[in-house]
Amino acid sequence: MHKPFAITLDVGSSLANQTGSWRTERPVYIDLLPPCNQACPAGENIQQWLFHAEEGSYEAAWRQIVQDNPFPAIMGRVCYHPCQNACNRAEVDEAVGINAVERFLGDEAIRQGWSFEAPTELTGKRVLVIGAGPSGLSAAYHLRRMGHNVLIRESGPLVGGMMRFGIPSYRLPRDILDAEVRRITDLGVQIEVNSTVTDLEAALAEGFDAIFTAVGAHIGKRAYIPAGESAKILDAVSYLRDVETEEDKPMLGRRVVVYGGGNTAIDAARTAKRLGAEEAIIVYRRTRDKMPAHDFEVEEALEEGILLKWLSTIKHVDDGKMLVEKMALDETGFPQPTGEFEELEADSLVLALGQEADLSFLEDVEGIEITDGVVTVDRSMMTGRKGVFAGGDMVPAERTVTVAVGHGKKAARHIDAYLRGTAYQPAAKHPVATFDKLTTWYYADAPHQQRAHLEGARRASTFDEVVSGLDERTAKFEARRCMSCGNCFACDNCFGVCPDNAVKKTGIGKGYEIDYDYCKGCGVCVQECPCGSIEMVPET
Amino acid sequence: MSSSSASPSAAESLEVTSTSAVTVHGPSSVPDAGYHMGVVPEVVHDSPAATPVKFYQVGSFAVGNRLLPVSERSVQSDPKRFNSLTSGHRACQGCGEALGARYALDAAMRAADGQLVAVNATGCLEVFSTPYPETSWRVAWLHSLFGNAPAVASGVAAAYKALGRDEIRVVAQGGDGGTVDIGFGCLSGMFERNDDVLYICYDNEAYMNTGVQRSGATPPAARTATTQAVGADPGNVFGQGKDLPRIAMAHEIPYVATATVADLHDLEAKVTRAMSMRGARYIHVMVPCPLGWGTASCDTIKIARLATQSGLWPVFEAEYGEVVASTPIRRQVPVEDYLKGQKRFAHLFNPVRRDEVIDRLQAQADRNIRRYGLLPEAVSPTLPPIAEEANT
Repeated sequence: MHKPFAITLDVGSSLANQTGSWRTERPVYIDLLPPCNQACPAGENIQQWLFHAEEGSYEAAWRQIVQDNPFPAIMGRVCYHPCQNACNRAEVDEAVGINAVERFLGDEAIRQGWSFEAPTELTGKRVLVIGAGPSGLSAAYHLRRMGHNVLIRESGPLVGGMMRFGIPSYRLPRDILDAEVRRITDLGVQIEVNSTVTDLEAALAEGFDAIFTAVGAHIGKRAYIPAGESAKILDAVSYLRDVETEEDKPMLGRRVVVYGGGNTAIDAARTAKRLGAEEAIIVYRRTRDKMPAHDFEVEEALEEGILLKWLSTIKHVDDGKMLVEKMALDETGFPQPTGEFEELEADSLVLALGQEADLSFLEDVEGIEITDGVVTVDRSMMTGRKGVFAGGDMVPAERTVTVAVGHGKKAARHIDAYLRGTAYQPAAKHPVATFDKLTTWYYADAPHQQRAHLEGARRASTFDEVVSGLDERTAKFEARRCMSCGNCFACDNCFGVCPDNAVKKTGIGKGYEIDYDYCKGCGVCVQECPCGSIEMVPET
Repeated sequence: MSSSSASPSAAESLEVTSTSAVTVHGPSSVPDAGYHMGVVPEVVHDSPAATPVKFYQVGSFAVGNRLLPVSERSVQSDPKRFNSLTSGHRACQGCGEALGARYALDAAMRAADGQLVAVNATGCLEVFSTPYPETSWRVAWLHSLFGNAPAVASGVAAAYKALGRDEIRVVAQGGDGGTVDIGFGCLSGMFERNDDVLYICYDNEAYMNTGVQRSGATPPAARTATTQAVGADPGNVFGQGKDLPRIAMAHEIPYVATATVADLHDLEAKVTRAMSMRGARYIHVMVPCPLGWGTASCDTIKIARLATQSGLWPVFEAEYGEVVASTPIRRQVPVEDYLKGQKRFAHLFNPVRRDEVIDRLQAQADRNIRRYGLLPEAVSPTLPPIAEEANT
């Protein structure tokens, strides 16, 4: 080829110059564990279902939730959402309202009539679940999806356990509870109510391959308080149960005193108020910040006109009045009596001092160990008796609905492995996507969407639901506040910010690939990744 | 000066707004208006080229967004983008100029439907992209001398005009040395004649290609090879240097804008708006230089972002000599946060901290904030409407 003067080489593209040889470190895509997922006691993949919800794919989002938890509508009402306490967005503006979105998805599923996928193959194995509370129902659901035959025996007249007999209907409407339980029975789980298991060995002898016990803790603890003969004293758990089951609601009089500082105390006081008590007073021996009850529940109770009496213990109860001693916190934060007394007028006293499990049916079973009123289980939720598993409030753990649901799932996985003669090995966890790994500049400032509350004065006289749900508009907005910590959400930033065009888009949903022929290893993609899902590793 | 804050009403700001679509803007529809035609132009204020997408919280400021319709996504998020400057170029790791040039020319290529000629001044961009006999350019590209790029571009535009080829658009580009110093006479002439050229300056604040010598765009106090950090007043002196965007505005040309590589949507929108106009247009883009500034190669975009958030680098637009919009600071930082990450300012902190110098630079930033209205009253966000489904 004829070339002009002084030109000796053919023109070419710089693509011939593979600048990847400059590199000493390379960017690599990674997945991290989002803090919300890490915090969820039921092990939900929250970030993944928010991802679907962001796109308006609500059914896909719901199906992602029920992989781990069959009760999205219930969770969206009663879960204490540890996920939101862990949410990284709290350091930007406010935590994502995960719980509110979950409720929206759960309610949408009920509206649309979405049902669970039937098990693909049946194993023929039979599992007995004792107790139709959150833990038992959760275990039964998961076991059924794994193809086992499941029978639940519930000693009460209705299913739901503490979700029905412990949580008042203004927090969890019963039609929601019924709808989510019905989906489980539709899946083929059988439930016998009014069916108390008193002999575990006899139940095993019926031919069950495994048993999951989740009888809960529904006996109210009593404390010795000297009382006159006509004093009206009852415990909060029985009281709440009677409100749920009895035709004639229990009447406690004009002034009701609730003794205790937990969520049950708040529930009992708010329920008494709704059933006509003019005044409901919570008496607690320590201070408000020491109360085990959740702050928002205390707040809601105050709005409804519930009175709180701190640093007080009840010494004596008589007809129409009781003697209260003032307390003072010592250096260790423990309340000490002061010797100052006062009289409190009250028609009845409700004790909310915690609950115990009725474990009498396990007492004679060989191998089962009961310590401090709860059953000892190993890492696979199995008791000392082979093939007998336990979960929920009757084992040592925090006593919440979500923890119970998580126990059910975990136990189901181990029971399934047990029935198949294998051992369940949970997948190794990724490192946590901590806040320092994010580049939050790329997220727009977006305020948290509040759920509407019924006004305190109006709601205190009815059992209408106190907190209403988000509509589609606000739910989608809320879902889109998720920052997708630690996992690629296809924002194209790496693709765009590479000065060497060395990031390739591999197609929708497939993410990105680094072209190591040209990547110089500058690290801009890592620095500018909003969610921290790329890291630099040294070349070897 | 009637500077304006880029804070449209709450309702407007929450609409899902395109940041990359071509919009024909007010004055451009009257090409004969303006100082150069002896007519006082009517300038539309409060109309920034880029409006952030506020509804899609996730990735509102990222390059792409899977929730947006394809037509509203950025040029750079398109898997089939032009890549006007292709791989294999010899720019350093983390080069801001390579990034800025691709951002700008890809947007110009889309706006011109591929009918584009780029004229390049001598400088890093020219050297790293075209070592004989290779080229990284995938656009028609022309290089002559260090100082004559605006004149060559004027000639190219005149030639196509003579040929009646109006659809072929001309972009000229250069670094701050070729623009602010060496090519300044030609550039001023191009502005004065209102030649139909978009000139883009990639400003890395010194002559980086030849070894980091001071230019007319080097900021005060910065250390360069010719302004060493020695003596009583180490680094570049205060009171010298040129503010070229304001000099360009003084020519009353149709469009002047500043931008950085830290805000892709803004840069693309400004190139697109400039390309929708005719006559002399000027965009001044900050492109950090890891080598010359002494920053980590991964921090190129971060350092540009800090420059804007400190107020040292005002991001604004002007038409016919009047500022029409500025980009508000989202997360204000003291200038110190910007300076500390750069070795060229290390002598302000070590061995002794020079508060009087840092304060002078902070005063410059504060002046920019006043002059361009960079800190408007916060608009309280309200709930946006549900946008059209965008899963296309």
